[in-house]
Amino acid sequence: MIMNDEFNLIIEAGRTEKNYWKDLWRYRELFYFLAWRDIIVRYKQTVIGITWALIRPVITMIVFTIVFGKIAKLPSGNIPYPILVFAALLPWQFFANAFSEASNSLIGQAGMISKIYFPRLVIPTSAVIVSFVDFLISGVILVALMLWYGFVPSARIMTLPLFIILAFGAAMGAGLWIAALNVKYRDFRYVVPFIVQFGLYISPVGFSSSIVPEKWRLLYCLNPMVGVIDGFRWSILSDTNTPFYWPGFALSLGIVCLALYSGIFYFRRTEKTFADVI
Amino acid sequence: MSAVIKVESLSKKYIIRHQTAGRYVALRDVLTNGAINLGRRILHPFAERPPDDQHEAFWALKDVSFEINQGDRVGIIGRNGAGKSTLLKILSRITEPTSGRVSIKGRVASLLEVGTGFHPELTGRENIFLNGAVLGMSKAEIKRKFDEIVDFAEVEKFLDTPVKRYSSGMYVRLAFAVAAHLEPEILVVDEVLAVGDAQFQKKCLGKMQDVSAKEGRTVLFVSHNIGAINSLCNTGILLQNGLCVKNDNISSVLNMYMAGSDANRTDTDPCRSEVTLSKPIVIRKWGVGTQREPVSHILDVGSDLNIWLIYESILEKGNLLFVFSLRDIYGNVVLVLHNGLEGYNIRASKTTAYINAMIKNINLRPGSYKLGLEIWADREKKLDIELGRIDMLYSSFFSGAEHFENFPSMALFRSEWSHNFYAEENIKISADNMPKSH
Repeated sequence: MIMNDEFNLIIEAGRTEKNYWKDLWRYRELFYFLAWRDIIVRYKQTVIGITWALIRPVITMIVFTIVFGKIAKLPSGNIPYPILVFAALLPWQFFANAFSEASNSLIGQAGMISKIYFPRLVIPTSAVIVSFVDFLISGVILVALMLWYGFVPSARIMTLPLFIILAFGAAMGAGLWIAALNVKYRDFRYVVPFIVQFGLYISPVGFSSSIVPEKWRLLYCLNPMVGVIDGFRWSILSDTNTPFYWPGFALSLGIVCLALYSGIFYFRRTEKTFADVI
Repeated sequence: MSAVIKVESLSKKYIIRHQTAGRYVALRDVLTNGAINLGRRILHPFAERPPDDQHEAFWALKDVSFEINQGDRVGIIGRNGAGKSTLLKILSRITEPTSGRVSIKGRVASLLEVGTGFHPELTGRENIFLNGAVLGMSKAEIKRKFDEIVDFAEVEKFLDTPVKRYSSGMYVRLAFAVAAHLEPEILVVDEVLAVGDAQFQKKCLGKMQDVSAKEGRTVLFVSHNIGAINSLCNTGILLQNGLCVKNDNISSVLNMYMAGSDANRTDTDPCRSEVTLSKPIVIRKWGVGTQREPVSHILDVGSDLNIWLIYESILEKGNLLFVFSLRDIYGNVVLVLHNGLEGYNIRASKTTAYINAMIKNINLRPGSYKLGLEIWADREKKLDIELGRIDMLYSSFFSGAEHFENFPSMALFRSEWSHNFYAEENIKISADNMPKSH
């Protein structure tokens, strides 16, 4: 029972709650529960269950290796083509899944949003977390591939978590924007599959970004996933022949930060109206 | 008593879109306007929209102010669309007010819908944890109360069955059980008890009463069930078209609400028609109680039911028979009274007259009843109308009123009791009550 005479909650129009982040922390278990629910539910009533998380990336990797490595005969240096593809496929699939799940997460939870209060940021974030679990599962395939080819990564692999965080940021930033816009304008539901489909071709997933002509390289890095994928390859493959392209990476990093910051800002700005318009 | 909720001139506006019908609109215009508007909305999400005739402001709540004290059980009543749910949504922070201010002391838990966040694919056990987390409970808290929740919901056997296989009753019971075990300082409950069987509803009401009475928590309760509101709440707030028209103790708020809902029935008022040959008798006015205006048709159980009416007739021969009947909500006739039964003759005459019928101590169980009237003359039915509704509220008929809720019955009668230890000499005392002859 509350004994002091302080009102601990003031509800007013346009009031930015100062304890929003505290609230978010208080609801931290909800992240866990929502993510846990989505993971459990995803493979309920399926025969092969969690194996789906392995099959899809493996098949994509095989197709890419055949198309880009064998048919198009794109260069891969001295690195086995499947590993080159998979090191990029891993962050790309994480981004693609996290981005599309996060974008549709709010309208998928319309019932909860219009009936219960909690910091709305929980929903898209937990959608990204679910995709991260898939990412970890797919990571096992990469390890298996490396063992198969007898490929030993260098100490650069220690920097991988930084690039994972970057991928996280890119997915969150884009996801928050689209999720918030989706609540009001359902058009964005149709935009997301396009972005994901095109993104696969304009990101260096099936090939190394070193084949992009030098004068277009910086422009190419406007796509933040270029920085993420290059980073993944740099830390996993330890290829000494292809130097790390710093200006491009800095540009990608800047764009990710901008997207994340503005995404959170726009989300927070609009989240109070979600219940009214969803 | 200190205020735990303070609401100051709270308003909420919604924008309703009207479709401009019948006017030719080119797809090109729609697209360009859409693009311009979309861009503007993205750049300035909070800028006022330019006024246009396609959008109309609708005030779901307008300048509502009230205070709620610690431990109050507040019933929020009003017709559909009066703003009850909007008020609850603002109090539980789901939506933001357009203007005004709410100050709250303590943790608020709201139950606006039963089973929000339940996932059909998950088992009962999993859903308890999920729903608990959604409602703001910590994992440790849920674990501690798990057995209690399962016990309350009576679903032990089906804990590991996906809830999509549950009957709807089980689903509701489980969902309410989770919510009922929240420990907020303030509990906000919307019309959620409409589902679930009567026994479970009673259990829920009892639980809410416990929460409020024993633990000093504050409960806000929206319902259309007058009986439930009356038995649970001690104060009431009556909303009408977004305005707070009364904030007082529960019985006066209920009185006003019932009177209001009667006033809204004037279009079907049986008392308006003219006396004609086909309608030889019409009712001019009627009412319950001693006043000559039908202000309220709410009675306490056990009080006197005094029905009066003014009628106009062009009949000139024979006796008139006035048959009043009370039907419960299921349409069962629970009570009939007519002047013939009492041997009271009313001669037909071309006149306007006043008639009064009174039942002493009407002992019907709490609830809504429909008052009907038939008038017979010359063994012929001349009039058969439904006058209106009478609501019986439970007051203090029995001193141990709380037990009545557990053993409801159609009618209530006083009884006298004695209890003695069994011994030969004591039997004499109660001998009066024993069957005598043999």
